[in-house]
Amino acid sequence: MSFVSVAAAGPLSMAASGGEGIPVVDPLQATGAFSLMWLLIALPLAGAVVLLLGGRATDKWGHLLGTATSFASFGLGIYLFVEMLGLSEEERQHGLRLFDWITAGSFTVGFDLLLDPLSILFVLLITGVGSLIHLYSIGYMAHDDRRRRFFAYLNLFVAAMLMLVLAGDFLGLFLGWEGVGLASYLLIGFWQHKPSAAAAAKKAFVINRVGDMGLSLAIMLMFVTFGTSSFAGVSAVAGEASEATLTTIGLLLLLGACGKSAQVPLQAWLLDAMEGPTPVSALIHAATMVTAGVYLVVRANFIFENAPIAQTVVVVVACVTLIWGAVIGCARDDIKKVLAGSTMSQIGYMMLAAGLGTAGYAYAIFHLITHGFFKANMFLGAGSVMHGMDDEVDMRRYGALSRAMPITFVTFGLGYLAIIGFPFFSGFFSKDRIIETALLENPVAGVAALIGAGVTGFYMTRLMLMTYFTNKRWAEKAHPHESPATMTTPLVVLAALSVFGGVLILSDWIKYWLAPVVGEAEEHSMPVPPIVFSIVITVVVAIGVALAFFLVGRRDVPREAPTDVSPLTRAARADLYGDAINEGLVVGPGRVLVEGVTLTDAKVVDGLVEGGSYGIGGLSGRLRRLQNGFVRSYAAAVLLGVLVVVGVLLVVALA
Amino acid sequence: MTPYIVLSAILFAIGAAGVLIRRNAIVVFMCVELMLNASNLALVSFARQNGNLEGQVAAFFVMVVAAAEVVVGLAIIMTIFRTRRSASVDDASLLKY
Repeated sequence: MSFVSVAAAGPLSMAASGGEGIPVVDPLQATGAFSLMWLLIALPLAGAVVLLLGGRATDKWGHLLGTATSFASFGLGIYLFVEMLGLSEEERQHGLRLFDWITAGSFTVGFDLLLDPLSILFVLLITGVGSLIHLYSIGYMAHDDRRRRFFAYLNLFVAAMLMLVLAGDFLGLFLGWEGVGLASYLLIGFWQHKPSAAAAAKKAFVINRVGDMGLSLAIMLMFVTFGTSSFAGVSAVAGEASEATLTTIGLLLLLGACGKSAQVPLQAWLLDAMEGPTPVSALIHAATMVTAGVYLVVRANFIFENAPIAQTVVVVVACVTLIWGAVIGCARDDIKKVLAGSTMSQIGYMMLAAGLGTAGYAYAIFHLITHGFFKANMFLGAGSVMHGMDDEVDMRRYGALSRAMPITFVTFGLGYLAIIGFPFFSGFFSKDRIIETALLENPVAGVAALIGAGVTGFYMTRLMLMTYFTNKRWAEKAHPHESPATMTTPLVVLAALSVFGGVLILSDWIKYWLAPVVGEAEEHSMPVPPIVFSIVITVVVAIGVALAFFLVGRRDVPREAPTDVSPLTRAARADLYGDAINEGLVVGPGRVLVEGVTLTDAKVVDGLVEGGSYGIGGLSGRLRRLQNGFVRSYAAAVLLGVLVVVGVLLVVALA
Repeated sequence: MTPYIVLSAILFAIGAAGVLIRRNAIVVFMCVELMLNASNLALVSFARQNGNLEGQVAAFFVMVVAAAEVVVGLAIIMTIFRTRRSASVDDASLLKY
C-alpha cells in the first residue's frame, strides 16, 4: 500500500486528533475500476496535446476529437459514480499514487489522486457541463478559423480542472489550479486581435497571481507546520497545530479562493473576462473554474473547522461579494456582464455556506452544482441570443426576442426561474437551504443573503424583460433567428437539469453523500417550521421581481441608457468602482513606488557609481601630473621617501 | 670613528643636493658617484668599528656596481647628447604623462 496512511484507525475514523467530528481523509488504495481514475484527466489532456501539436492537420476533425475526449471522460465519470454508489459509505474514498513526484531525503510528495464523494460530484459537473459546452461550441465557433485551437484549450481546461478536483495533495491541487488559470487566460484572450480581450486576459491572469500567491504560501506553511501537504496527512494532524497557524493558513487559502472565485477584493477580473467567447464564459467563468475557491474551502474543512476566525472572514467576504455582484447585475446593460455579476453573487452564496462550517458545506456544493446547471444554461442562452443578433451584447438593442428564438427563450426562462428560486426549481432548494442555514447560524449573514435573493429576483427579471419582452430595439440589420441544433441541444439538457437539479436534496441525499468528507452537523432545533423560511424567501424574491416589472416592464425601454440616474446606479454601472479602487489602492501606489525606485536607481545608485568613477578619474588626472618626466623630481621623491622611512625608524627606535 | 661617519654623511648630503639641484647630466652623474663613495666610506668605517670584513666586502660590491654603472650611464648620456645637443637632464623629460 503506497498511499500515505496516517490515521491508523481506518477510513472514516472521526479524527483521533483532528478535532471533534471533523473527518480525516484516509482513502483506500484504489482497485478495479477506480484505478482507472487517472484516465479522467488523461483523456482530455491527450486531446489537448494532439490538437495543439497536430496543428492544421487536425483542423478538419479537431472539434470532434475534443468533444469526444470530453464525453469519454464524462462516461468514465458516470461509471465510477455508479460503482461508488454501490459501495458502503466507508469504502467510497479511493486514493491512487501514480508516482513519487518530489523526493528529497526523507521528504516525499507523491502524485496522488483522490476520488471521494466530493470529487466525483465535481467530476460529473465538470465533464458533464463541459461536454455539453464542447457540443455547443461546435456550432458557436463554426465560423471561426481557429476553432481547432479553441477546442484544444477547452480540453486543456477540462484536464486541468479535473486535476484540481482529483488531486490528493494540495500541491497536486495547485498544479490543476495553475492549469485552469492558464486555460482561462488563453480562452479569455482567445480573440487576441481585440485589444480589450488581450487586456482582459492579462488582467485576469495578474489578479489571479495575487490569489495564487496566497495559496502557495498556505501550502508552504503546511509543509513547515505538518511536514506534508497531502489531504490525508494534513487532515490527520490539523487539530494539533496552534490556532494562529491554522488561522493564517485558512486566511491564505481564502486569499487563493478569492482570486479564483472572483470574491471581493479580487473580483475585478471576472467582468472583464466576459471578453472571451461565450462558451468559455459559461464553462470557466460560471459553471466550473470560478467555483474552485468554494471547492478549496470545502476540501480544506479540516483547516477551517479549527480556525473560527478564518471562517468568519470567509462569511464576511461572501456577504460583501453576494451583495456587490448583485448590485452590479442590476445596472449593467451588457447581458454577459449582468450574468457575470450574478455569478459573483451566486458564488458569494456558496462561499457563505462554506464559511458556515459543517452545517453549510453540503449546501455550498449543492448550490454549486445547481448553479453550474442554470448559469451555464443562461450563459449559453445569452450566447445563442448573441449568435442570432450579430454578436450584439447590449440589452438595449434586444427586446421582444421570445418569438424569434423560442427554444432559447424557453430554456433561458427555465434557468431564470431556477436562479431566482421559483418554488420547486433547483435554485429554490439550494438557495433556500443556504439562507436558512445562514439565518440560523449567523443572522447578520442570513439577512444579507435574504436581501441578495431579492436583488437577484430584480436583476434577473430585468434581464429577462429587456431581452425577451418589451419593445423591439434591434439594430437595423438584425435578423434574429434560432440557433442550430448543436447549440440548442445543450440548452435543452441544461434547462432540464436546472429544473430537476433539486432532486439531489431529496431526503437530504447530498448531505449524507458528502458526510464522509465534510462531516455531519448536529440537527438544529428549528424555531419555526422550514416552510416559514421558504415562504419568507419567496416573498422577498417576489418583491424583487415585482419591482422589476414595475420599473422596467411597464413602459418602453429607451435605446440609450438614461443619464439622470441615482449615484448608486452610476456606481453600479462602473462595477462599484472596483477598478478605481484597485487603481487607487494598488496600481497607483505601485506605480509611485516603481517610479520612486526608478528615480532612486537613476539618481542615487547611478549617482554613487558614476560619481565615484568621476571622482577617481579626476583625482587620477591630477595625480598623473606628478609623472612629469624630470628625473630630478623622481629623485626628490625617492629622497623624501627615504627621509620618511628613516624618520619613522628613528621615532620607533627612540620611543 | 664618528668623524668618518660625519664626513660620510656630509659627502652624501652634498651628493644628494647635487643630484637634485644641478642640471648638467655629467655633474648629476658625478654627484651620484659621490653618494656611492660616501656610502662606501660609511661601510668601511663600520667594518673597522665592528672588526669584521663584511662592510669592506660590501664596499667592493658597490665599487663594482659603480664601475658598471658608469659604463652604461656615460653611454646613455653620450647618446642623449648626440641626439639632443644638450647634456641637461631637464631636457630629457619626454617620458611623462
